[in-house]
Order: sequence, then C-alpha cells, then structure tokens
Amino acid sequence: MIGNPTYHSLDPAKCIGCTHCMKVCPTEAIRVVNGLAVIDDDRCVYCGQCHRACPTHAFFVVQDDLAMIRSFKYRVILFPSIMIGQFPEKYSEDQIYDGLKKVGFTHIYEVEQPQQVLIDSINEVLKDKETPKPAISIYCPAIVRLIQGRYPSLTENLILRKAPHNLAAHFAIEQLMLEGALREEIGLFYATPCIAKIAAVKSPVGESESIVDGIVNMNKLYNEVMKVISDGEVEDHSVQRQNLSAEGIMWSLTRGESCHFGSRSIAIDGINNAVRFLERLENDQVHGIDFIEMRACDQSCAGGILLTGNRFMTVERLERRAKRYPAAKDISSEKIRVNTEGLKEKLILDPISHKPHFIFGKDRLKAMEKMNRAQRIVCFLPGIDCGACGAPNCHALAEDMVNNKAKMSDCIFLQQMWEDEGKITAGKALLNVQKKWGTDRFKADCNKRGRRNEGF
Amino acid sequence: MKLFFSIQGGDFTRAGHPSSEVKKVLKQLDIDGKTIKNIVIALYEAEVNVVAHAWRGTVSVEIDENKIIIVVEDEGPGIPDIEQAMQAGFSTASKKVREMGFGAGMGLPNMKKNTDELIIESEVGKGTKVKMINCF
Repeated sequence: MIGNPTYHSLDPAKCIGCTHCMKVCPTEAIRVVNGLAVIDDDRCVYCGQCHRACPTHAFFVVQDDLAMIRSFKYRVILFPSIMIGQFPEKYSEDQIYDGLKKVGFTHIYEVEQPQQVLIDSINEVLKDKETPKPAISIYCPAIVRLIQGRYPSLTENLILRKAPHNLAAHFAIEQLMLEGALREEIGLFYATPCIAKIAAVKSPVGESESIVDGIVNMNKLYNEVMKVISDGEVEDHSVQRQNLSAEGIMWSLTRGESCHFGSRSIAIDGINNAVRFLERLENDQVHGIDFIEMRACDQSCAGGILLTGNRFMTVERLERRAKRYPAAKDISSEKIRVNTEGLKEKLILDPISHKPHFIFGKDRLKAMEKMNRAQRIVCFLPGIDCGACGAPNCHALAEDMVNNKAKMSDCIFLQQMWEDEGKITAGKALLNVQKKWGTDRFKADCNKRGRRNEGF
Repeated sequence: MKLFFSIQGGDFTRAGHPSSEVKKVLKQLDIDGKTIKNIVIALYEAEVNVVAHAWRGTVSVEIDENKIIIVVEDEGPGIPDIEQAMQAGFSTASKKVREMGFGAGMGLPNMKKNTDELIIESEVGKGTKVKMINCF
C-alpha cells in the first residue's frame, strides 16, 4: 500500500487472527488475510481501538531510539501533563523531574505552557465571523484524521491552531536560545500518549514539517524513569514548572478545552461517540453550539493507549494537582520573557485537506455500477457480520468483492449452501477456508484463548 | 441506483435514518460535500414532517449520473393550503412536537431552499407526496 507511512504494526508471531481488532475499527481499516490482521494505512486514523481489543498484544507502536538524544547538547523532553498522573502517588513532581534528568534530558517542559497564548489564539479564531460554527478543536489528531476521511465537509470547521506540543516546542526553543543555545544544539523529544500523536508529530497535518526531533512512547519513558527514580531528597525543579497553569494541567482531560471557549460548547470523548456526533453535525442537526472538543479516547488523553496508570486515577491526580497551580492569566508574559505575538504566529496551521476514504473511484457511472453490484451481493450474504470471511461485516465484504479484494467463496455461509447444492465438494470448501485462515486454524491447540488455567 | 425506506409516524427516535443512509451512498460516489449537505437537510426535513404529522410514509430514492430524485410519500392528514405551508414560520405542529424541538415552521421553506426542484402534491385526509430533485 502506497500512501501514509505507518506508525503501528502487527507482530505476525503474536497475531492469532481472532478478528477482535477488525470488528472494533471505526473506519473498517482492518481485514484478516492468511490468518493475520492487516491494516489499510490509508483508512487508519490511529485511534488505537485495535490495540485495546487485541487479546495477545500483537500490535506494536513505532519508537525512536532513546540513545539518539545524546547527539544534542540541549536535550529537551516535552511531555503532556498526564504523564505526571501515571506515577504512584508516593513520588513527588520533583522526584519525577529528577528521574527524567537521570534518563538523560537536560530540560523538561510539560507541553501545556504558556497556555494563555494558545487560549487567546483560539479565541481569536472563534471571534472571527468567517469561522464556521461549531468550530472543532484539532487537539486530537485521530479526530482530525477521522474528519478528513469520513466527514470531509467538516474540515472547514477545524480550528487552524496547533496543538500544545507545538506551543511548548516553540516556547522551549525561544527560551533556550535566550540562554545562549544555538538552534541546532537543541534536540526536542516528545513523550507521546498514543499513536495518533506520534503520527501528528511525525507526519503532521497542516504543517510543512515536524517540529520535534524524535518521539518517546510514554510507557517506555515511564519504565525508564521508574528504573532510576529516587525515593529520597532531590533537587528542587519547580523553576521548570513556573509557567505551568491549572488550565494547562487540565487541558488534555475531557472538558479541559471546551470549558474555556464559546458561550455554548460540547466535549466528547470516545471514538464511537465522536462518530455518532459527527454524523449529526454533518446532517446539520446541531444548532447554536460555538465550540466542540472531541477526543478519540475515553477520558481523553488519560485513556491513551501508551499510558500505564488507570485513567480515572490519572484524572483524579491531575485535578488535585491543578488546584495547586495558578490560573493561566495570572502568569505574566514579561516574567517568563515570552514573545507572545511571535509565538501566536507560529501556532497558525495551514488549511486541512480532504482525504475521503470509502469512495468507489472517480468515475461516477462505474462507481454506481459497483455500488449496485455490492447491494445485490449483500442480499445473498447472511447478514450476521460474523467476520469469518476476514471482513468486518457483510456489507464490507460485498464492497471488497466489487473492488476485487474478496471472492464470493470467502463467505462460509455461501460455501455451505453451494456444498448442499452440489456445486462444490466438501474438500474444496475446506481448502477455501484454509486458504483464508491457514491450516493451523483447524488443529487442536491448547494455547488458544480460554484454554485451561487461563480462564475466560 | 435505487434505495427505499419506510418511516413510522410519531417515532422521532428513528427520524434521520434514511437521510444518513443516503448520505453514506452519496459520499461513496464522491459527490461534492455542499450538494450532499443540501440533500441531507432537505430529506431530513421531509422525514421529520412525516414523523410529526403523518401516520406512516415511504422514501424512494433514485440516483443517476447527474441527479438524485427523492420521493417522500405519506398517509396522513394532507396539507390544505400548500402556499401557506411554504411560508417561513407557518406551523401546524402540536405543542408536544414543538416541545421536542421540531415544528418551527421551517420544514417546507428549508426543503425549497436546499433542493433544485420541489414538487408537492397533497390531498386532505389522504396524504402528501413530496418530490425533490437535486443535480450534482
């Protein structure tokens, strides 16, 4: 498949072709081929549903080598505030910061700072009469990709202002250069809570190039910090957090954004909730709403797939933490020596393009003929969406058939019928299924899920 | 290609199903987003009209290379004065329907605004037939 580079993959040794991932994918991007799940990268929005559904942890996420940070003099780790919420309560913020230093970083920036700059910048967009309402936040990159692919007409509602990791990256560069650092001596590394953010950093939408030099998965970083974290007295690092605000800490949680914008706003978390809402929005059935915050994960980033801690406990810890921090508007821009206007300018995104998937080709007549054929095929399929054909549902199988990606004989119900009608032999039918699922599928295997001692 | 749906009068929870399905098909045909939006808005209004006023109805959709023809036909009270019904803000919706957020008297005007051609035939006591044509 030519197109998007991929940021997650499947370990063929671990995948058991169980179809769980295929069934939960909101864009029908997964098929089972030769007994293994295959992701169509052009359709994938990196929501991470497949990772959550996988019983064998066969999905893995790309990762830059942490050793590469050593090639920079100034090694900056940028991480979203939720990272702090991952650690056991007994560790203080300073102990965690100290751990990050021991891992090899020289400067530590939580990404949600200076948050007032971003809040003001988004408010400017909302005030503009030209902005289509409801304006939708681009904060969650999985949502942006979902809109580009499935709801292309709504791309114009996206607010063209970058996410907090860009804010902190530009801020860090500015501050370090004030300290005398050269741009090329600064290495920026982003600790990511999910695959969508990896994709957003590595191949950004609406930005010409990525601002960071590398990514570290948050669960990997957590393990690294836990190896070296100290229980005892550590240096005071609070100066590195002097620009962090209560708003910044809450930003990545549900309602963290929407509570600041518009006179009427809505916050949605969970990819399936988002799909249902976008459907309504596209039908023009939502009126009077100014701002919509939408995140693919339940509990927003606290539910990211690369997090270690329990999402609800993370939320609670951040809520308590936010109470100890000042409001964003009380952090004066003079004190932190930030060029607010310059920073705001850097946050502007280029227009976001359409990338519709699900279309049947450019030639409308041919596309209609294909759709007619798919509709007719659906009449013959059992309609129980069993997944034994390797497609997520009967309708998807019919579409695959007219796109020459699947055959009638992939449906085990049709095969059964043909056998009964004497059209094919039992041997041939078995061979067909073996071709799809491999011969091993028919062997007794005590390593299957639900085997003895594992429980269901 | 053809699509067919039935609508149950009084069941607001299901209003919007035909328009969503039609939208899915049009998207797959790569029809321009603005045109799809117009069609979906017009069809949704027609569906809500059937749900709010009639006993039952059907939606027949025919799509060819250049246009979509949608016929929404219902068994219901009919419209005594079509010209009056076409005026913005004119409504005969019951209080109950209005409380649900429907029946603001914008249904027919909205359909007119979002279609290239709108033909309404109605017989009092029998039902209404609405034909909407949109060109791609």
